[in-house]
Amino acid sequence: MEPPALTPRGVSQRTPRWRRVRRIAALPIAALALAGCTVPTFGAVPGATTSSKSVYHLWQGFSIGAVLIGVLVLLLILWSVIFHRRKSANIPKQSQYHIPLEMTYTIVPILIVFGLFVATLVVENKEVANPTTNVTINVNAFQWGWKFTYPDKNVVVVGQTTQDPVMVMPVDTNVHINLTSSDVIHGFYVHAFNFSRYALPGVLNQFTLFAVNTGTYNGQCTQLCGLYHSLMFFRVEVVPMTQYNAWLSSKANAAVAQAAENATKQQTSSVVPTKPYKSQGGY
Amino acid sequence: MTDVLDPPIVPPIVPPMVLAPIEPAHEEQHGPTGILKWITSTDHKVIGMSYTVTATIMMVIGGAFAEIIRAQLTTPNGTLVSFAQYNELFTMHGSVMIYLFAGPFAFAALANIIVPIQIGAPDMAFPRLNALSYWLYLTGSITMLSGFFVAGGAANFGWVAYAPLSNSTNTPGAGADLWIGALLLTGFSAIFTGVNICATVFYLRAPGMTMFRMPIFTWNLLVTAILILLAFPVLTAGLIMLYCDRHFGTHIFSVAGGGVPVLWQHIFWFWGHPEVYILALPFFGMVTEIIAVFSRKPVFGYKGMIFATLSIGALSLGVWAHHMFTTGVVLLPFFSIMSLLIAVPTGIKMFNWIGTMWRGEIWFSTAMLMAVGFLVTFLIGGLTGIYLASPPLDFFTHDTYFVVAHFHSIVMALVLGGMAGLYYWGPKMTGYLLNETIGKIQFWFLFIGTQVFTLPMYLLGLRGMPRRVAVYPLHTSWQYLNEVSTVGAVLIGISTIAFVVNVAYSWKKYPAGDNPWDGQTLEWFTTSPPPHHNFYRLPQIRSERPTWDYNHPGHTAAEHGHHHEPHDAEQLT
Repeated sequence: MEPPALTPRGVSQRTPRWRRVRRIAALPIAALALAGCTVPTFGAVPGATTSSKSVYHLWQGFSIGAVLIGVLVLLLILWSVIFHRRKSANIPKQSQYHIPLEMTYTIVPILIVFGLFVATLVVENKEVANPTTNVTINVNAFQWGWKFTYPDKNVVVVGQTTQDPVMVMPVDTNVHINLTSSDVIHGFYVHAFNFSRYALPGVLNQFTLFAVNTGTYNGQCTQLCGLYHSLMFFRVEVVPMTQYNAWLSSKANAAVAQAAENATKQQTSSVVPTKPYKSQGGY
Repeated sequence: MTDVLDPPIVPPIVPPMVLAPIEPAHEEQHGPTGILKWITSTDHKVIGMSYTVTATIMMVIGGAFAEIIRAQLTTPNGTLVSFAQYNELFTMHGSVMIYLFAGPFAFAALANIIVPIQIGAPDMAFPRLNALSYWLYLTGSITMLSGFFVAGGAANFGWVAYAPLSNSTNTPGAGADLWIGALLLTGFSAIFTGVNICATVFYLRAPGMTMFRMPIFTWNLLVTAILILLAFPVLTAGLIMLYCDRHFGTHIFSVAGGGVPVLWQHIFWFWGHPEVYILALPFFGMVTEIIAVFSRKPVFGYKGMIFATLSIGALSLGVWAHHMFTTGVVLLPFFSIMSLLIAVPTGIKMFNWIGTMWRGEIWFSTAMLMAVGFLVTFLIGGLTGIYLASPPLDFFTHDTYFVVAHFHSIVMALVLGGMAGLYYWGPKMTGYLLNETIGKIQFWFLFIGTQVFTLPMYLLGLRGMPRRVAVYPLHTSWQYLNEVSTVGAVLIGISTIAFVVNVAYSWKKYPAGDNPWDGQTLEWFTTSPPPHHNFYRLPQIRSERPTWDYNHPGHTAAEHGHHHEPHDAEQLT
């Protein structure tokens, strides 16, 4: 790790005030250099998917900017509050405009904003891409539970409120999710994936998850959906591909008749919800 | 340190001008007195006071709901209220605070009293319309709260009433209809106020009061009023559609009849995001005035600040879908860059405020303390808002407590700004000052309470706690943070009690005089409270600080560089 770059003493013949300003300016650089070893988490977690990790790094980047700007502005506020307290009956100089300063605090934020936007675009384009994949899971949200359908094998997992249905998915592969809702709007949210998406009635929402860590992760509905919104839990189990295939086959064999029965219902409902919309004739 | 107000070191100079010989005794006898005066008056000051008192009561009611919500969340499986009651509570907390407190307090309470006086007008342009606005607002408020007394309880679909949760199948009952009716009433109230403010500012400015000599508070109210006129009719239209869906068999927001549920979100947020600035800009204006007066300086970058306000207003109409990033059906990059760009004019304002304090002679009255508390709290809320403008980070935090924390930092900053406004302009409205010691106690409870209340919620969101849940799993690490947040809410509650105590304790105790703070704008040129049509006389208006220029003739604002403006060019008198 390198110490913060400061010009050697004696070389610079500038005024002490300039030196002080520069020393203050060197602090964030030093902080960044330190941060090069371990960038703080700023309260977030890297998560278990490729996207969640890039979102996490974006979070860190935004946070470094926010902390630097926040501390700078806070120091300016504190400086005025401490050093420009009323000391006398004098009326201070009635200065009102300083065009170069005003231009600076307009243009610099615009540049920062475009930087943030470009970083956002890079992460976003990766996250919303839908690469081709062999594994597809249809996720259907309803009041108040989740139904996970594996269309290839006609396997269905349903659970309501506190039953915590489990969505099993393989690790190290793209898993395509078709997200729908049967009634109101729900929110499919897995904290460890740093990701959420609305389940909308009448809309097929698609996204792709690429888990890199096996494990069990908690999920929950995040969009208010009525009385038992608080209890709409589910879990995601990320397992190796072999285990996933074994699980899927056993599920399919164990309830072959059941699955066949479900299949007729599910093949259509996997894309568009077929449950009659509840408000029909409901007034 | 006395328990009364610190007097300014330099008492305001008694104007050498001879008062115009208008006999104030005649002025006092306008119309009825007592309760009849409050019911029948079309005087903007009386209406403004009615608004102030009503909105403050709404704040206390909404705050009481918040305390119950926080009490429920202190333990994972809170049993204080049922799931159904909890849904009603947070719906009504949000609705009361946004529709009945923050909005009317921002653009109708202090604005009604101060805007006409700041521009040297005798009243609002349409005094009767103004009275109608207030009575619509009061009726709407009672309508909304009466939801608690009907079968099925009050509205319980969140303050955003997302379709199809808000249809008649999922939310039957009169509570939801009363909620819609209340918003129609208060919506028209807001629209009429918007018309009134625009007309007043455009047509009733005193001679010499050009647009670029209007105080920032008035400027912000003008932009707010324009935003009201653009945004509120859309909400009103949406509410009528929602009502038709509920009762007349239309299918505007339901899939079954070919409707689109997400359309409601578009309509709601097309109002809802400008609404954020409709709430915020008036408070920005209050804080700007207060910081300038108590630093004894002009507003730094006055014109730049006006352009920043205008660009906030313009941008705010193109960012609504950042509330909808996770729907998967909006164009992410467009709404992302538009939302990020709002940080620029907001940042300009922050630097304007600091520049105004810079090298000033800051007098820390309660109003100024509240204003500085606003700056710090708004800084936190503003910076965390930038994250939410980035879709990937929004996917990660949407509908979690991170979002709740973000907008509570913002609205609590606005509460600090509003309190600053009450301490600063209260004496002008009533003629009496509030007690400064109790005021400072209130400030510290409010400021510390706000941070203790909001900061744990950011962490809760990052640890995955969703919003609008009545219970949460035992296995999570959420309980400790919820406990801390509840402590903050209690501190805020104590600060509210301190404010009520202060009003009672200081009741007609400390006469304010005309200009207790060495104010800069026209309202400090007239008496406290001002006479029936506000002014017996006016100073010459040659800048945005006519009262200051009059009181301190050798200390007009320094022009920058060589851009010298011929001040007298537009002077009519």
